[in-house]
Amino acid sequence: MKRLTPRAVLLGIAAPVGALIFAAIVSVVILIVTGHSPAGTLEAMINSAQRPRTLVNSVNSATNYYLAAVAVAIGFRMNLFNIGVDGQYRIAALLAAGFAGATWIDGVPAPIRIVGTIMVAMLVGAAWAGLAAILKVARGVSEVISTIMLNAIATYLGQYLLLKLAVPVAGSNNIGTRPITAGGQVPGFDYPGSTSKVYGLIILAVLVGVAYWFILSRTRFGFDLRATGMSESAAVASGVNVKRMVLYSMLFSGAVAGLVGMPQLLGSSHSYSLDFPAGLGFIGIAVALLGRNHPAGMALAALLWGVLDNSANSLDVAGVPKEIVAIMQGVIVLSVVVAYELVRRYRVRVEQHHVGRALGTTRVPEEVSA
Amino acid sequence: MTASGLAVGVETIPDRPRRKLGRRWYLLIALAGISVLSIVRIITGADDLTSSGTVGAALTAAVPIAMAGLGGLWAERAGVVNIGLEGMMVLGAWGAGFAGYQWGPWAAVVFGLTLGALGGLLHAIATVTFGVDHIISGVAVNLLAPGAALFLSKQYFSNSPGGGQKQSPPITDAPHVSIPGLSSPLDTLEHKDWFLVSDLAGLLRGLTVDVSMLSIIAVLLLVGTLLVLWRTPFGLRLRSCGEAPVAAESLGVNVYKYKYYAVIGSGVFAGLGGAFLAISSSQFRDGQTGGRGFIGLAAMIFGNWRPGGLAAGAGLFGYTDALQLRGSGAVHALLLLLAIALLVLAVVQFMAKRPIVAGVAAVLGLAFGWWYFTSDGLPPELVGSAPYVVTLLVLGLAAQRLRMPKADGRIYRRGEGA
Repeated sequence: MKRLTPRAVLLGIAAPVGALIFAAIVSVVILIVTGHSPAGTLEAMINSAQRPRTLVNSVNSATNYYLAAVAVAIGFRMNLFNIGVDGQYRIAALLAAGFAGATWIDGVPAPIRIVGTIMVAMLVGAAWAGLAAILKVARGVSEVISTIMLNAIATYLGQYLLLKLAVPVAGSNNIGTRPITAGGQVPGFDYPGSTSKVYGLIILAVLVGVAYWFILSRTRFGFDLRATGMSESAAVASGVNVKRMVLYSMLFSGAVAGLVGMPQLLGSSHSYSLDFPAGLGFIGIAVALLGRNHPAGMALAALLWGVLDNSANSLDVAGVPKEIVAIMQGVIVLSVVVAYELVRRYRVRVEQHHVGRALGTTRVPEEVSA
Repeated sequence: MTASGLAVGVETIPDRPRRKLGRRWYLLIALAGISVLSIVRIITGADDLTSSGTVGAALTAAVPIAMAGLGGLWAERAGVVNIGLEGMMVLGAWGAGFAGYQWGPWAAVVFGLTLGALGGLLHAIATVTFGVDHIISGVAVNLLAPGAALFLSKQYFSNSPGGGQKQSPPITDAPHVSIPGLSSPLDTLEHKDWFLVSDLAGLLRGLTVDVSMLSIIAVLLLVGTLLVLWRTPFGLRLRSCGEAPVAAESLGVNVYKYKYYAVIGSGVFAGLGGAFLAISSSQFRDGQTGGRGFIGLAAMIFGNWRPGGLAAGAGLFGYTDALQLRGSGAVHALLLLLAIALLVLAVVQFMAKRPIVAGVAAVLGLAFGWWYFTSDGLPPELVGSAPYVVTLLVLGLAAQRLRMPKADGRIYRRGEGA
């Protein structure tokens, strides 16, 4: 059904590229209006992006964003909004950090420890998402509302649990879980010219991406999931148990959300503390939208987000508020969905026209006027 | 993807002809609620449960939440889900900070609502004109607005006296008023520690003494919304867009126009909420809204998409917020209250022949009761989660009594009705 005609390809990339260009224009206008030089801003960002350290950090951020995006996309594909990736990831990272940093675990062989930590994170993430799934399946509570509530509860529960698990971090007001000892850490990859390393668990992100692609497009479960997303009633008619699908896909989504904090926890911070980033779930939504839930598309989008975020850090030094990048990202999300909608409408019109011409039912203008 | 999502789990129960509770009943229920509160206060000795200070603080805390809830109500009554309320509140709060320190609190209100309206306009363009999914557009507004507010703060507040990169210079508060002659007699009564009487006195004193003009405006807006949406032709048309847009269209209602009104109005209310928050805490700060837009949304759902219920929900959230500020004794008593409420709910659900829900409510109620009697305090970190937990419990245990507008969250395109 999907033919790769030049027009199809062009329409496919028209939306994201158009949105990027539009966002760039909006950003330039804002910069000019507020009295900053767009060229100077761009130069500062490009200079920063070329530094090896920024590059490594961008790839690392993109790893986190990608996992969050996959977690969101699993729900998106079946019309399920997991707004709760944020809470799921934070509770999972916290408890996994408590597990991996516990004293009794020091004697356990490294591979078992690491796999165990990752399993704990996935289970906790799935359980937190499972609450929303149960409310949805048993009581019809919209998952949007319940996951928003669960995000907030996760924030408070996280503070409470952190105090229970915490040890003071030397030389700061920050508190964190007991640091994970060498046997539980995942070493990173060196990159020439940079002091920070690429997360070792970037491999995990790649594996998750491949698994996402495989399960969705090559298994019965994936077919059922996509079918439910396209038409719930048709799926029900063809024998899909939608309640079970909601439960499973929410659990899967939560499990992947549980992984979001792992590269950072096992790769660089080795302890969960107050400065773990919040809002990753929402970035995941943005990245999944930009990448159209496609495993490769989301990777590109995650990388773009990572580069934008990390090269923005140099802007404050250059005298431009770095939030211009946040504005730009918001505009990208909004304009990309608008662009997809416009492209979809255009496609429908073209197809109708095509069908009409083939059947000979479309009147050509002369006939109408005649 | 549609904001209405999957229909799974939503069993459509045929509407049973229900006896409508009269005004007297509501009054009785409220009185019973206060009596329970009073009993709990006497058992636990937590006087702050019904002190005028708590009530006053609860009112101040409830106002921004109620405004956000009203924003949600207007949008959803016209069929547009607005989870961008949080972002619009941030815009409103920034606008209030910007105008407030230069031209005073009333300019702050005007600027706040204008910026909120801009946020609403953005959401309206995306959802109504371009048919973008409502949730996605809302998420985008929530990404965009805090970034924009922080950008503008760095731009305009950094070099102003008393301002900073993430906060505005101080704003003068709006005037406060009291009903004369009530303060001291009520104060005396409140400290007598009499059952029910002292509690009512505390409640009254909190609501009549030293009340901000902003709170009064908020109450007027609540009543105004009720009148406009339910007692005018305009309101009927607007609500018809949320229930059956195609039918409304066939009767000549310009659905797009009404949806625009509603969503921009939604932004205005959210912006007001943000402005009230900034003014009552006497400056704009980054991260000030702290999820109140979402709580407002929850309050609206809790209130069954009605202004009265919304006010009750906002009051509840404001109350837990206030208790949290007043110290741990009152907060501990909250556990007992929650237990009692759940057990009452269990009985009600059992009478309505829903044994499973009743059972779950009873088990949870006993669990909270057990928690109360076996502990001597609630960890302060957990208190803040109370409103969210309560919302989840209400949604989970009473969701089927709630009825949202029928076409809420559906994308409507003119002339494409089935």
